[in-house]
Amino acid sequence: MYLTKRDEQFLNGAFGLAPQMAMNILTQLGDVLGADEMMDVEQAHVDGCIYESQAHLDFAEKLAALGGHVILPTTLNATSLDLHHPDAWGYSAQWKTQAQRMANAYLAMGCTPTWTCAPYQTEFVPKFGQQIAWAESNAIVYANSVIGARTNRYGDFTDICAALTGRVPKYGLHLAENRRGQILFELKNIPAALFDDDAFYPVLGHYIGKATGDKIPVIDGLPRDVSPDALKALGAAAASSGAVAMFHAVGITPEARTLEQAFGGNAYARVKITLRELNDARAELSSADGAQLDAVVLGSPHFSLQECLTLAEIIRGKRVHSAVEFIVTTNRLVTAALRARGVLQTLTDAGVRVCEDTCILLSPMLRPEIRVLMTNSAKYAYYTPNLLERRVAFGSLRDCVASAAQGSVMREESIWKSAAEN
Amino acid sequence: MFTIQGQALISGNAQGEIIFTDEPLSFWGGYSAREGKIIDTHHALYGVKVAGKIFVLPGARGSSTGSGILLEALRSGVAPAALILKQRDAILALGAVVGRELYGQSISLTLVTDADFEKLRGAKFARVHDAGVIEYQE
Repeated sequence: MYLTKRDEQFLNGAFGLAPQMAMNILTQLGDVLGADEMMDVEQAHVDGCIYESQAHLDFAEKLAALGGHVILPTTLNATSLDLHHPDAWGYSAQWKTQAQRMANAYLAMGCTPTWTCAPYQTEFVPKFGQQIAWAESNAIVYANSVIGARTNRYGDFTDICAALTGRVPKYGLHLAENRRGQILFELKNIPAALFDDDAFYPVLGHYIGKATGDKIPVIDGLPRDVSPDALKALGAAAASSGAVAMFHAVGITPEARTLEQAFGGNAYARVKITLRELNDARAELSSADGAQLDAVVLGSPHFSLQECLTLAEIIRGKRVHSAVEFIVTTNRLVTAALRARGVLQTLTDAGVRVCEDTCILLSPMLRPEIRVLMTNSAKYAYYTPNLLERRVAFGSLRDCVASAAQGSVMREESIWKSAAEN
Repeated sequence: MFTIQGQALISGNAQGEIIFTDEPLSFWGGYSAREGKIIDTHHALYGVKVAGKIFVLPGARGSSTGSGILLEALRSGVAPAALILKQRDAILALGAVVGRELYGQSISLTLVTDADFEKLRGAKFARVHDAGVIEYQE
């Protein structure tokens, strides 16, 4: 691989021991990938701050001990602890210690304590066309698809190495020619009411993630005014059920103003999506069958301010059933905004617990008695059965609130049927 | 002994019994870094111990956290002895690279062609040399 003089200086330790180690890792990885050279990135999002194993902690503490300091604006992902309320969720003393050490190592290296898996909903939003190194599958797909910034699927170790050096191997989605669509998904005869339902987008994403394989999907037929939160849910679902790092939505996402632009001359196969495929995908997201309900958990990716405000509107005047725990996972920017508007109180009064900095997949925060939970997040629905050994009922936000108030799972089914069936 | 010339993505020397699969594996949720065996219930090798073996697989799939799982397996001494792949796999390569940087312990990754990959199906034992040369016995 060709290295610039400055790359060589990194490797020789001219900028310190931590950047030297980081550049060593990045250039070896570049060789494996067959990259010709390294390139600059301008921003990083790090999810290495999640406490996954002793090895992850050793790595972070080693870089911090070597004096590592980031040279890019660097946001931190949701971590493995509610840092403001560590005693509220029943974490063990050992867990709190290890997760806090993990957080401290990244703070010592100068990362910004955003603690969110939705960095695109903070003030650190990258620009269209900007080269960045982001980790966390849902953030990667959002940055590439909705914003049009350019990142590969960074993750363990490479994220902080990029932040310490500002360099990455030049390959993959950093290059325009690799960002064009490869397969077309056409929405056919979808009832208009479904486009207004929050549950539609994660279901669609879940289906596309499984059906697209290693190809970049292009979606045609979505309403032009689809919300950022809907695209966030779609992307997060596709990045859970598949390895999707980028999608195009024709007429909506910035590199797909037209079908022709989305494909850029690539040949492609067509796949039709009808209510039937969507109903199958929706059924797959529910691993629980009866009406039993122990908890409602919302916010993967982290609930946005808008999603919290919508929840507050729906839940105002209702009360979560005493046998049900209702948790919203979000970040401290959102809770600060909710507090300022008096909405945090509305949620708390209704029986909602708001959790900051983490989520149920990253930290052991669910009481053992909770066996069945309900959510409108396909990402929670996908990972919970295996990672947490609990079952999930998938439903819309309204379904979740109605079920929480009633104390058992209920869903509005009529919008998932065709006009003929209704 | 038969010989294959592969490409050393991460070079190293190792020998051992071959464990072969033509199904990609997500190391996150699929490989136990405590026990060195396959724990993905959907995988054909579910329950098979791979620690210390020459693991022949197309590549990894799934979460990038797989790099950290391979690293943790290296730390705990239950990683495979060597990996032989038919895809340039960034997830596994990264675990191997960081293992060398952090613990001075690495694992070799050798890239082979589809045809050579097929030759290893049913092979019993292999020696991997640092220039990408693989000797194997059927």
